[in-house]
Amino acid sequence: MADTAHISEIDDRKFTLNFGPQHPAAHGVLRMILDLDGEVVTRVDSHIGLLHRGTEKLLEYKTFLQGMPYFDRLDYCSPMNQEHAWCLAIEKLLGVAIPRRASLIRVLYSEIGRIMSHLLNVGTGVMDVGALTPITWCFEEREKLCVFYERASGSRMHAAYFRPGGVHQDLPQPLLDDIAEWCDDFPKVLDQIESLVTENRIFKQRMVDIGVVDEKTIMDWGFSGVMVRGSGLAWDLRRAQPYECYSELDFKIPVGRNGDNYDRYVCRMDEMRESTKIMQQCIELLAKEGPGPVLVPGSKMAPPRRAEMKNSMEALIHHFKLYTEGFHVPEGETYAAIEAPKGEFGVYLVSDGTNRPYRAKIRAPGYPHLQAMDHLCKGHMLADVSAVLGSLDIVFGEIDR
Amino acid sequence: MIDAEAIESLKDLGAHISARQPDAVRAANVVLGELTILAERDHVLSLLRFLRDDQQCNFETFIDVCGVDYPERAERFEVVYHLLSMRMNHRVRVRVQTDEDTPVPSVVSLWPVANWFEREAFDMYGIQFSDHPDLRRILTDYGFEGYPLRKDFPLTGHYEVRYDDLEKRVVYEPVELAQEYRNFDFLSPWEGMTSQIPGDEKAEEAPE
Repeated sequence: MADTAHISEIDDRKFTLNFGPQHPAAHGVLRMILDLDGEVVTRVDSHIGLLHRGTEKLLEYKTFLQGMPYFDRLDYCSPMNQEHAWCLAIEKLLGVAIPRRASLIRVLYSEIGRIMSHLLNVGTGVMDVGALTPITWCFEEREKLCVFYERASGSRMHAAYFRPGGVHQDLPQPLLDDIAEWCDDFPKVLDQIESLVTENRIFKQRMVDIGVVDEKTIMDWGFSGVMVRGSGLAWDLRRAQPYECYSELDFKIPVGRNGDNYDRYVCRMDEMRESTKIMQQCIELLAKEGPGPVLVPGSKMAPPRRAEMKNSMEALIHHFKLYTEGFHVPEGETYAAIEAPKGEFGVYLVSDGTNRPYRAKIRAPGYPHLQAMDHLCKGHMLADVSAVLGSLDIVFGEIDR
Repeated sequence: MIDAEAIESLKDLGAHISARQPDAVRAANVVLGELTILAERDHVLSLLRFLRDDQQCNFETFIDVCGVDYPERAERFEVVYHLLSMRMNHRVRVRVQTDEDTPVPSVVSLWPVANWFEREAFDMYGIQFSDHPDLRRILTDYGFEGYPLRKDFPLTGHYEVRYDDLEKRVVYEPVELAQEYRNFDFLSPWEGMTSQIPGDEKAEEAPE
């Protein structure tokens, strides 16, 4: 009896719970040590790095072009958005401006990526709080977008389509027509999903006033993207620091009011509608623009055409050199950021003038967001942890790199 | 591509920061439309506090801190901070230098978010941060040895991990490569983007 005497002195309401690393609501391989007081969370200690693949080290040993496909594998919900940041950083150091047609295609596919990511997040986020139907409806649409990825690049997910200097290949007209048709139908599908979720009483009970983010939290914890806009700050890099041709497109920035899980869900739904509008504008502008180059013409970044290589020895050498040695990027450093679906995705690139990056640091939006879990979950119930986690929109590909 | 007015205002901002923090700022320059401040290591905390609180700077959002390794330098590491001001819509980069043993003042007291970023720099490069509340490894495996992003750390690492079917557990073994890692040196006279190689002009007059 003497052995167990100390146990009665410890408060039996306090205990520690291990969450993950294999848990369906962890959205990947997250391990959390949760300190609980009854059912109330008092501390969250996140252990990350279980998906660490050393992307930044690998990038230092590859040419700029060979490194690009690694970016698909970061946030694998919206692969092309990540490639975009990498290409922008290289283009900034090189000082090249890409052809307008390539710019429009990039914006079109960035918005497809945004919808893909938001559909996945909304679907799984709703499933985390108990609704099983919306995810199937979301994935049906997502699958169609994956097919658009495949028809442009040959791959449903790991596209490797954006290249420094433009995009790999031009889009065929039937593909553009199909995307336009999809854009017409998609808002109706969103209405249907909303009819299941938005005013649902159970959903609202789980989401409203949970995980509230105020302005101080945003500044202290380095938030970006929907985490900022859900709290009423209209901060969007597409508007504030426009890249590509976003400055000439017409779109709104949806903002929430209360900064809770529910407002962030509504923001994501509205953003998908805005993205659809951007896609429609891009398709219109592409039709107006007419055919043209999609990679910087006459530069050492674009491979020569097949037909040219049959006749010209120089073109053949050029092709060989481009895909073995690659192009050289002038010495310097830059930080290029894009508005990824999850927030600000940035690449800090240091070049020493050779064909490989000297240092490439990837700034993933999920990294600071996940770090705030302890701050956001303190005082919430255990069941709210997975709701907050879903609302942060984290993907371990980009957090662990 | 980068408009001149924005560069002017960044230059003014750089001059303003150097004037107000003369001890901390070694140099401030604008390259490619980005403001970079080279700072003294010992004063970096006060400099970053100034950047956050000053009305003209207002860099309230902490974007990133990372290390860069230059093994040939006496102080081999550079610690690079990126800050953003949502109100003023501008960015700044602050660089300080350090070596393996000298700690850099931690900025967790200014931005709690710096916690994980500094842990990552420690994990990847072994950069020390003084007054950091919880300087543990973050991304690498439990019990990992060495600093993987240092230039002298091999790409293939030192240990490999596999599941052993006989022992029914995961085992760690020294890396054994079936083929030597091939590192091609392509630094040839063909200078990428700018210059033409002899014979390039013939490509234009090639027969149809």
